[in-house]
Amino acid sequence: MQFTTSNAPFIAPENSVQKMMLWVLIALLPGIITMIWQFGYGVLFNICIAVSTALLAEAAILYLRGKPVLPAISDLSATITALLLALSLPTLAPWWIPFVGAAIAIIIAKHLYGGLGYNPFNPAMIAFAILMVSFPKAMTVWTLPQTLQQAGFDFSSVLSIVADQLPAKEFIDAVTAATPLDELKTQLNLGKTITEIQQADIFGQYAGKGWEWVSCAYLLGGLWLMYKKVISWHIPVGLLGVLFVIALLFYLLEPGHAPSPLFHLLSGGAILGAFFIATDPVTAATTIKGRLIYASLIGLLTYIIRTWGGYPDGIAFAVIIVNMAVPTIDYYTQPRVYGHH
Amino acid sequence: MKLWRFNGGLPALAEHKNESIHLAIETAPLPKQLIYPLSQHIGAAATASVNVGDRVLGGQKIAQANGVISAPVHTASSGTVVSIAEHPIPHPSGLPAPCIIIETDELDEHLAPSPIEDFRQSPISELINIVREAGIVGLGGAAFPTATKLDVQNKSSNIQTLILNGAECEPYISCDDRLLRERAEKVIEGIDILLYILGAQQAILAIEDNSPETFKAIQKATAEYANPLISTVKIPTIYPTGGEKQLIKTLTGKEVPAGHIPADIGIVSLNVGTVYAIQQAIVEGLPLTTRIITITGDGVKKPHNLEAKIGTPIKDLIDCCNGYTSVAERLIMGGPMMGFALPTDEIPIVKASNCILAASSQEVATEKDPMPCIRCGQCASACPASLLPQQLYWLSRSDQFQKAEKLNLFDCIECGCCDIVCPSHIPLVQHFRYAKSAIKSQRLEKQSSDKARDRFEAREARLAQEKAERAERSRKKKEALKNKEKPTLATPKAPLPSDNVEN
Amino acid sequence: MSFLVLIIVFSILGLLLGFVAIRFKVKGNPLVEQIDKILPQTQCGQCSFPGCKPYAEAIAKGEAPINQCPPGGEAGIAALADLLGVDPLPLNEENGVEKAKMVAVIDENTCIGCKLCIQACPVDAILGTAKHMHTVIESECTGCELCIPPCPVECITMEPVHETLALWHWQKPSDTEDKAN
Repeated sequence: MQFTTSNAPFIAPENSVQKMMLWVLIALLPGIITMIWQFGYGVLFNICIAVSTALLAEAAILYLRGKPVLPAISDLSATITALLLALSLPTLAPWWIPFVGAAIAIIIAKHLYGGLGYNPFNPAMIAFAILMVSFPKAMTVWTLPQTLQQAGFDFSSVLSIVADQLPAKEFIDAVTAATPLDELKTQLNLGKTITEIQQADIFGQYAGKGWEWVSCAYLLGGLWLMYKKVISWHIPVGLLGVLFVIALLFYLLEPGHAPSPLFHLLSGGAILGAFFIATDPVTAATTIKGRLIYASLIGLLTYIIRTWGGYPDGIAFAVIIVNMAVPTIDYYTQPRVYGHH
Repeated sequence: MKLWRFNGGLPALAEHKNESIHLAIETAPLPKQLIYPLSQHIGAAATASVNVGDRVLGGQKIAQANGVISAPVHTASSGTVVSIAEHPIPHPSGLPAPCIIIETDELDEHLAPSPIEDFRQSPISELINIVREAGIVGLGGAAFPTATKLDVQNKSSNIQTLILNGAECEPYISCDDRLLRERAEKVIEGIDILLYILGAQQAILAIEDNSPETFKAIQKATAEYANPLISTVKIPTIYPTGGEKQLIKTLTGKEVPAGHIPADIGIVSLNVGTVYAIQQAIVEGLPLTTRIITITGDGVKKPHNLEAKIGTPIKDLIDCCNGYTSVAERLIMGGPMMGFALPTDEIPIVKASNCILAASSQEVATEKDPMPCIRCGQCASACPASLLPQQLYWLSRSDQFQKAEKLNLFDCIECGCCDIVCPSHIPLVQHFRYAKSAIKSQRLEKQSSDKARDRFEAREARLAQEKAERAERSRKKKEALKNKEKPTLATPKAPLPSDNVEN
Repeated sequence: MSFLVLIIVFSILGLLLGFVAIRFKVKGNPLVEQIDKILPQTQCGQCSFPGCKPYAEAIAKGEAPINQCPPGGEAGIAALADLLGVDPLPLNEENGVEKAKMVAVIDENTCIGCKLCIQACPVDAILGTAKHMHTVIESECTGCELCIPPCPVECITMEPVHETLALWHWQKPSDTEDKAN
C-alpha cells in the first residue's frame, strides 16, 4: 500500500495566534465595560471607529501588497491593536482621532515594516504618540467619570461631539476635565502639595475617581490572562514592580510632593500597559531575563516622564523607547544552553 | 531518590499508550522475504559476506562490520539469498540503499546458539566481543554500535553510573513498556552483566510514572534478583524525558558537556531493549535478529506489540495486526514527534525500528499552515536544550548558517517541542534540519573544493615544471649547437663552387 | 589657554591611537587567500579570469566586482559580501547562471582518444592517454565545462550528480508564512 509523506512532528499544535488574540480580547472586556460605564459612549465610538478603520486599512494594504486578505484579518491582531489604541485615547475625542490613529497604527507602524511579526515598535503606541504630538488639543478631551457627571450625558450629545459638531462651550466644560495625572502634574508645578491637590473632586481614595475602577477591571483581565498562560508574569511584575518601588522611594523622600505608589499604579495606562500593551509579543523582549529588564525599563521611564517629562502619562513613550533596546536586551540575556557554561 | 528537572518539555502531551499497551507481545509469523539493509547503524555500512544463491541458517552472519564504528548483520531465519541490490529502506529521503534479500524457506533452521553459563567467568573483553559479534546497536533509535560504547576501558574513563532508559516518552510507543512487564528478569540480568562489564558503582532503571503496572513488575524482578547496586525509579512523565541528555539531567543533575559523550562524566546510558539483546547474546548465545516493535494507530485494526524478525517488510507486520482500517492516512516509522513518514509498506523494519504508527488524519496533523513568527518566546520556554528556537528560525530562514551554528544549532535534539507550542504553526524542526543539513553539505563542498584547488595547483606546478624542463632542454641544445660551430672556424674552408668559377 | 589644553588632549589621544594600532594589529590571512577560500575552485573561467586565484586577486585589488562567479552562486556572493563588508549584488548574468552541480560524462562509444580534453581539464579529472579510452573521474570533476569545446567528436555531456544517501540533504521548508502576512 502506498502513502503520501509529510514531515515530523505529526501532532497538531495546540495553540494558535487567533486563540491567543481571542483570550486577550476576552480579558479586555471587563476593562472595556467599566470604561464605557465610567466615561460614557465616547469610548464606544473610539472602539468602533478604530477597529473598523484598522480592519479596512489592513485589508487595503494586504491587497496592495498582493497577499491573501482573509487569513491575516481573521488572526485578530489588527483588532487588538485598534482596541488598545482606542482604550488609550481621550474619551471624547473627535471621530478623526481614532480614524487617523488606527490607520497610522496598521499602515505605517505595522505593514510598512513587513506586517505581523516584523514591526519593531508597538503599533498602537506609535499611533498614540503621533496623535499626541500632532494634535495636542484634541488629545486632551477627557470626560469626567460617571460618578461626577452632573449634566445630562446622553447618546446624542456624545455623537455630536464625536462628529466634531461641538455644542456650547459651557456644556463641554461641564462634562470634561483633565485626567488625575494631568491635574496632579499641573498643580504640582504651581506649587501645591499632594494633600491639597487630592482634595479635588476628581481624586478618589487611591487614585482618580472612576480610574480606580477601570484599573482594577484591567487588572482582573490581566490576571486571568496570566492564569491562561497567554502572558507570563515577568512583564507585568517587572513594570508595576519597578514603578511601585520608585514611586515609593520618592513618596518617602518627598512626602508632600510625590504621589503615593498606589496612585501611580492605578492611574493612567499603568495596568493596561503592564498586562496588555507591553506584553505585545512581537515588540517585547523574548528571553525571560530580557523581559524583566525590558519591563523594568518601561516602569522606570514611565515614572520619569510622568514626573519630569512633558506629558501627563508616560506609558506610550516609555514603551516605544524601550522597544528600541529590545534587540540588545535579547542579545545579552540569552539563556545558558544545556551542556555549555 | 532525588530527581532534577530539565528546562521546558511538554508535560501535557497526550500519551496514547492505551491503544497498544494492554495486549501481550505476540510473536510475528515468518515473512516470505527478509530484507536486510547493510547500514542499520551509525557508522560505516557492513559489507555482505554471503553471495546470491547461498543458503543461510537463522542466526548466521550475512554481513560483517566495517571498522570500529560498525556492526555485523545476521539473518533471522533460514532461506536463500536471492539478491544483493538496492532496495527502499526506512529513511526520510526515500532513497534506496544496498540490501541483502533472503527468501525464507518454511524450515526455520537455526545455527546452534553458544550460551554462557556464568558470565563472570569470562573476561570482559570477551563479553564485549560477543556483543560486537551479535550485531547489537542502540535499539532506542540511536543505533550506535553498542560494543564500541561499552569499550570504555580503552578510554580510561571511570564509569560510576549506569542508566537504563525505560522512559518511553514519545506518544504511542509501548514496546519497552511491554518488554519490562513481561521479561523484566532478563532485563535485570542484562543490567547485572553490564555492571560487570563497566565496573559501575550503581545502575538506575528509570521509567515514566504513567505506568504503575510496569513499575511493579520491575520492582519485583529487581527484588528477586537481589543485586544491591540495581535500583528502580519512576520519573515524571514529561516529553522528552527519555532523551539521553534530559534523562541524565533528571536522574543525576549533571549535564553532558557540549561536544562530549556521557562517558566523559562517568555515565553510560542504554535503552532497555538493548540491554535485553545483550542478555540474549551473552546468556542465551543468540545474535540480534528480532526485536519488540509497537504497531499502533487508528490505521490498524489490532494495535499491539509484536516480537518481529528484523528485516520483515512492514506490510507483513500490519497483516499480523489484522490489516489496515479504512482511515489509515500516514505510515510513520517511529513516534509522532520524531519519526518519519514512509511512502510504502514494502520497506523492511531495521534494528532501531521501535514503532510503526499507521495514523488517521484525525490523529496526525497532515499539513501545517504557517503564519509569521510573532516572537512570543513559547518555543524557548519549551526547549529541553535551553536553545532559542526563534533566533535559530530567523537565521535558518535567511541562510545565515554561521550565526546559527554559533547559537548552538547542533545542540538541537530535534524533539519537536518547539513545533507543538508555536502559535504560528511554524515547522521549526524542519528549518533546523534543513540548516544542519545545509551546513554539513557546505562542509563537504568545502572539502571537495579544497581538493580541487590542490589538484589545480598541482597541475599548474606540473605544467610549469614541464615548461621549465623544455626551456632547459632547448637551452642545452642551443649551447651544444654553439659549441659545435666554434671548432668549424679553425679548419680550412672547403673550396666553394664560386672559387672554381673565378679561376 | 583652552586652545593649549585641546592641543595637548588631542596629541595624547593621537599617540594612544597610534600605540593601539601597532600593539593590537591583527595579523590575519592576506585578503586574497580569504577570498580564494570562499570561491568554489571550479577553475572554469566564467568570471573572465583564468582560474579562481586570479579572480580572488582581482577582487582584493578592487578591480572586479564580487558577482561574477556562477558556480559560487548567491551563497558565494553573500559570503564574499560578508567578508569584505560590502552589500551583496545579484549574480551578473553575463557570466552565466547558477545551475545545479553537474559532472562531465564521456560517451565511450564516440571517444577517439585524442587527449584534447585531458589537456583542457584544469584539475586533471580525466583519465586516459593517446589512442586509449578517456574517462572522467566523477568525484574530481568540478563541472567547469572546459573539456566540452575542445572535443572534436562532441562526445562529452554534462549530467547532474548522482544523488546518494550520503549526499542527500533536507529541503528548505517553503516560505508559506507569507501567505498570511
